[in-house]
Amino acid sequence: MTSNGVLQIALYFLAVLAIAKPMGAYMARVFAGERTFAHPLLRPLEKGLYRLVGVTEDTEQRWTAYAGSLLSFSFFSFLFVYLLQRMQAALPLNPQKLSSATPDLAFNTAVSFTTNTNWQAYAGETTMSYLVQMSALTVQNFASAAAGVAIAIALIRGLARQQEKTIGNFWVDLTRAVVYLFLPLSLAGALFFCSQGVIQTFSGYTTATTVEGKEQVIAQGPVASQEAIKMVGTNGGGFFNANSAHPFENPTPLTNFVQMLMIFLIPAGLTYTFGRMVGDQRQGWALFAAMSILFLAGVFVIYAAEQSGNPNLTRLGLAAADGNWEGKETRFGIATTSLFAAITTAASCGAVIGMHDSFTPLGGLATLFNMQSGEVIFGGAGAGLYGMLLFAILAVFIAGLMVGRTPEYLGKKIEGKEVKMAMLALIATSAAILLFTGASSVVSFSKDSYWNAGYGPATGNLNNAGPHGFAEVLYAYSSAAGNNGSAFAGLSANTPWYNLTLGVAMLVGRFLIIIPMLAVAGSLAGKKRLAVTTGTLPTHGPLFVGLLVGTVIIIGALTFFPALSLSPVVEHFLMQQGGRF
Amino acid sequence: MQNEMSADLLPQKLAKSRPLFDGDILRRAIGESFRKLNPMTLAKNPVIFVVEVGALMTTVLLARDVATGSSEFSFNIQIALWLWFTVLFANFAEAMAEARGKAQADSLRKTKTDSIAKRMLSNGHSEKVAASQLRAGDIVICEAGDIIPGDGEVVDGIATVDESVITGESAPVIRESGGDRSAVTGGTRVLSDEIKIRITSNPGETFLDRMIALVEGAERHKTPNEIALNILIAGLTLIFLLAVVTLQPFSQYSATAAGSGAVPSVAVLVSLLVCLIPTTIGGLLSAIGIAGMDRVMQHNVLAMSGKAVEASGDVNTLLLDKTGTLTIGNRQAVEFLPVQGVSDTELAEAAQLSSLADETPEGRSVVVLAKEKYGLRGRELAQHEAHFIPFSAYTRMSGVDINSDRLRKGATDSIVQFVREQGGTVPDDLKEIAERISRQGGTPLAVANGQRALGVIHLKDVVKGGMKERLAQLRRMGIQTVMITGDNPLTAAAIAAEAGVDNFLAQASPADKLNYIKKEQAEGRLVAMTGDGTNDAPALAQADVGLAMNTGTMAAKEAGNMVDLDSNPTKLIEVVAIGKQLLITRGALTTFSIANDVAKYFAIIPAMFMATYPALCALNVMGLNNPKSAVLAAVIFNALIIIALVPLALRGVKYRAGSADALLRRNLLVYGLGGLVVPFPAIWLIDRLVHALGWA
Repeated sequence: MTSNGVLQIALYFLAVLAIAKPMGAYMARVFAGERTFAHPLLRPLEKGLYRLVGVTEDTEQRWTAYAGSLLSFSFFSFLFVYLLQRMQAALPLNPQKLSSATPDLAFNTAVSFTTNTNWQAYAGETTMSYLVQMSALTVQNFASAAAGVAIAIALIRGLARQQEKTIGNFWVDLTRAVVYLFLPLSLAGALFFCSQGVIQTFSGYTTATTVEGKEQVIAQGPVASQEAIKMVGTNGGGFFNANSAHPFENPTPLTNFVQMLMIFLIPAGLTYTFGRMVGDQRQGWALFAAMSILFLAGVFVIYAAEQSGNPNLTRLGLAAADGNWEGKETRFGIATTSLFAAITTAASCGAVIGMHDSFTPLGGLATLFNMQSGEVIFGGAGAGLYGMLLFAILAVFIAGLMVGRTPEYLGKKIEGKEVKMAMLALIATSAAILLFTGASSVVSFSKDSYWNAGYGPATGNLNNAGPHGFAEVLYAYSSAAGNNGSAFAGLSANTPWYNLTLGVAMLVGRFLIIIPMLAVAGSLAGKKRLAVTTGTLPTHGPLFVGLLVGTVIIIGALTFFPALSLSPVVEHFLMQQGGRF
Repeated sequence: MQNEMSADLLPQKLAKSRPLFDGDILRRAIGESFRKLNPMTLAKNPVIFVVEVGALMTTVLLARDVATGSSEFSFNIQIALWLWFTVLFANFAEAMAEARGKAQADSLRKTKTDSIAKRMLSNGHSEKVAASQLRAGDIVICEAGDIIPGDGEVVDGIATVDESVITGESAPVIRESGGDRSAVTGGTRVLSDEIKIRITSNPGETFLDRMIALVEGAERHKTPNEIALNILIAGLTLIFLLAVVTLQPFSQYSATAAGSGAVPSVAVLVSLLVCLIPTTIGGLLSAIGIAGMDRVMQHNVLAMSGKAVEASGDVNTLLLDKTGTLTIGNRQAVEFLPVQGVSDTELAEAAQLSSLADETPEGRSVVVLAKEKYGLRGRELAQHEAHFIPFSAYTRMSGVDINSDRLRKGATDSIVQFVREQGGTVPDDLKEIAERISRQGGTPLAVANGQRALGVIHLKDVVKGGMKERLAQLRRMGIQTVMITGDNPLTAAAIAAEAGVDNFLAQASPADKLNYIKKEQAEGRLVAMTGDGTNDAPALAQADVGLAMNTGTMAAKEAGNMVDLDSNPTKLIEVVAIGKQLLITRGALTTFSIANDVAKYFAIIPAMFMATYPALCALNVMGLNNPKSAVLAAVIFNALIIIALVPLALRGVKYRAGSADALLRRNLLVYGLGGLVVPFPAIWLIDRLVHALGWA
């Protein structure tokens, strides 16, 4: 590791620390319906939207109604995105005359964008028209992120309230998230990116003649507008297949730094919002601290692994002096790429500036674990917070007993119902990752079957053999179930088998966490808040932070130890012995 | 056996506790462990049920090994055996806890003989009927030597009763009609006099019946926290099931990719599963709950439900009666304060002489104080012409006439009147001194000799020794204490400060108590209290933990969720400690169980894939001999740890009063870190043994 690299990481972390408070305080005001500096401008828009769709601002919902609203919203969003892709060829704003998407790809993509996963089984520039990119995908970049934030706010309300039946109004929370958070941030972000050279155009692709005299088609489009929301909504679905490694998406070191910062902007801010809303700022900082420890651990594992490079190349005298450069953009370098990889996998964003498939086994292991630990290391917009609260509930339940009281979190008793819901969420996501990975590693189709045409067995889609190939499958389902969306690459996933199973994994990873967590919110909101004494387990000190970090690691590690040891772990040892894949 | 607990918080009760591994109990438990193999019963415990299914699978597959003459037979049969042991050990833990209760129930049942009752008829005569024929409302008559035929209330008379059957206390107690000492329990014996009793319970519903059912565990329901913990460990079991089941396709892929090795055998996969699922806590969970109830029982407290014991760990506020709980119940002389012109010694001497015949604790304390402070010995008064004046409610004085001395002590007003009657004048400072004592929370007792008022004895409520320290411990545990007293606020404040309670409720009526509890609960606190009178019943019912005194009325006992057979209100503090200990034991063993998994992974995963990926040898950090010995060692460790922890589950983990932060730090270190580290050397050792014995 170089001091320059470490400095970059430190600078980035300090910036995150600095933005958490103002961002969090702003969000707390927005969702409490209090006035902010943005209100003179945006309040009329908010009110207009309510009038347009007939929402009464101060009517609150029970958790069941809240969940019902979310589900219906997500379902119609899905339907819209699906149909638009299927009819793309017949619709305007398609200068390249791209054909309509196949049903399985349209399903996968529609699920992917409505669940804030943004897994892309397709290459954007050769598959999706401008219309689909803008009115279906980009809209979902806003909507799915806003829905995630709404759920987090609803769960916080459940913890903050006492003896109440309702947890807020989904439509109001959704609208506020879009109007006060995502719209202004994306607008400002898009303008900034344009100023830095990110392109924004409706013209078709340009054909250029290279210096070698060959013809090259240069893809372009309305990129800047999608770029900002891709980051700030922890979406990660790139306009181009190369994602943020592409100079049209991410041209300068400054845009790169801002992009990284935008990913953590809302997840980090929400920890502060949480503290503010439950009336104890230390509670928020405790979550922030736990996330930070896990995050920095991941960054340094990746960075150290990438910097130390591949011993096989070193032995042959072929290694670059400073580590593993494969799959990395020279503009960004090893430290920045490691940092970006840690951020994007921790925050369930999925945007990339380097190919994770080309990382060293340990670097890959860290990105995998970031996702398998439940996307709670800052995590997706909203999703990270409610995921981390799920672990807080489990940590409090297991260790809380050891102080000699029945467990409580923020004065709320954690009982059968909460534990049941937390376990349900945990089991569902683990099952989606493990069962689909298991099925894909053995299921076999004939080469001309519909399910996996051209590849035959599901393992036929792998570009690499051995444990590395296994890691590619494991990564894909971990990414889908974690609603991350980044790809290890190396897996050709655009076949009905993968499109459907990954789609289902995304649905499980989104809704089988959201619904249980909303149930928890409803249950907690109805409970009485117990008095805090010195006999109460403190949930704001270093001890609790350590406990929470330990819980996340232990649960993740115990669930995925066998799978991981058959992929990056064994690959690492094999690499030490000179193995290649 | 209770010495595992904090010595200062929980006084030892060695006399009543049974040894942990009593021969009879042990035999009973071993038999019961086999009976519990019945899958129908075991299905209630999902973790152990999964182990049993695994054991069954490996056993069935043994037949195949025999048929094919597989070389794996010796390994597979060992795995199967150890899996069965795992189930048996878990059953044994539960059976042990239950057997201890059953043994107690048996001894109680022996005392439950069907006695003959003398039932009163409307014409004033009595008829003899079997006790089992009595119904609530019947009036029976009991005289010396009779066994009281059922629970009831004394409606007429007074008697001494031997209640050792239920309390274990041999000293007889007084039971009389009216007031708070009217309740009698069926099965106890009248020692003297004759009483009429109105029966209040029907056969089969008596206190003794309920007690038997409770200790036997017949009425045992899972407590809310136990249910939640069960969900957690069942959920973890499901997650590990997923992790192990999917290992089958994973390893199939890996073996194909590596071109060597094979899918692990069923025995090995089942072994991994059993090692991972939380068998330790799964096997010990119900034993911990039963043992917690049992521990309460050993303190002679009868908890009506496990829920009550659990709730006592959560208590934030303790309402403690002043008299009998915080103070020793009697006032004691602490100081002699003479009026001007009288020496200390003269007053002390007069006070001592006037109290020589006074057998009340207060009177004796005056004699003792005079002796200790002024070296005055109680003199032989026989040679004098001494005439003792006993205390009467009318004069409110007592004393002695010796020779010409007319010594009196009593309430200030009475002494003032006495002195005036004798023709004397009362010095001005007498009343001042008396008022000063009152302000300090004491009781003034004036002393006079004929027409001379000599001074005042300061009588004081004496706080029980060590009470201040115990209350300080409670404060560290986050529990606030509230003193309940009928005294005026001034006196109450003084005693409260001395005892070190956090708050007090002066001139408290039963309604005040009830309101105070409701107010505390509305602020999110859980309240515990003790009570014995009928007018305590609403408050006892309202409190989260209501500890009724056995000497109290039936109404109080019905309202509370615990009954203290020793009728010692201080017991509340111990009950809280036991509740906390129960919860800590659960949390500690859960944490330990989960932390253990790390080492087991390191033992089994490299062993499983040694053939497929020899490189995974690097994960064999313990340096285990070979794949088979590694798997066996992990399985054996997993089984033995259950047995090793049975004593801990039954006794409860060590509990030290302290803040939550300190407790968590300590327990995380011991059971979290300990759980992580301990299995490594243990599995290593077992592996060596297994190898040395030639098992694998």
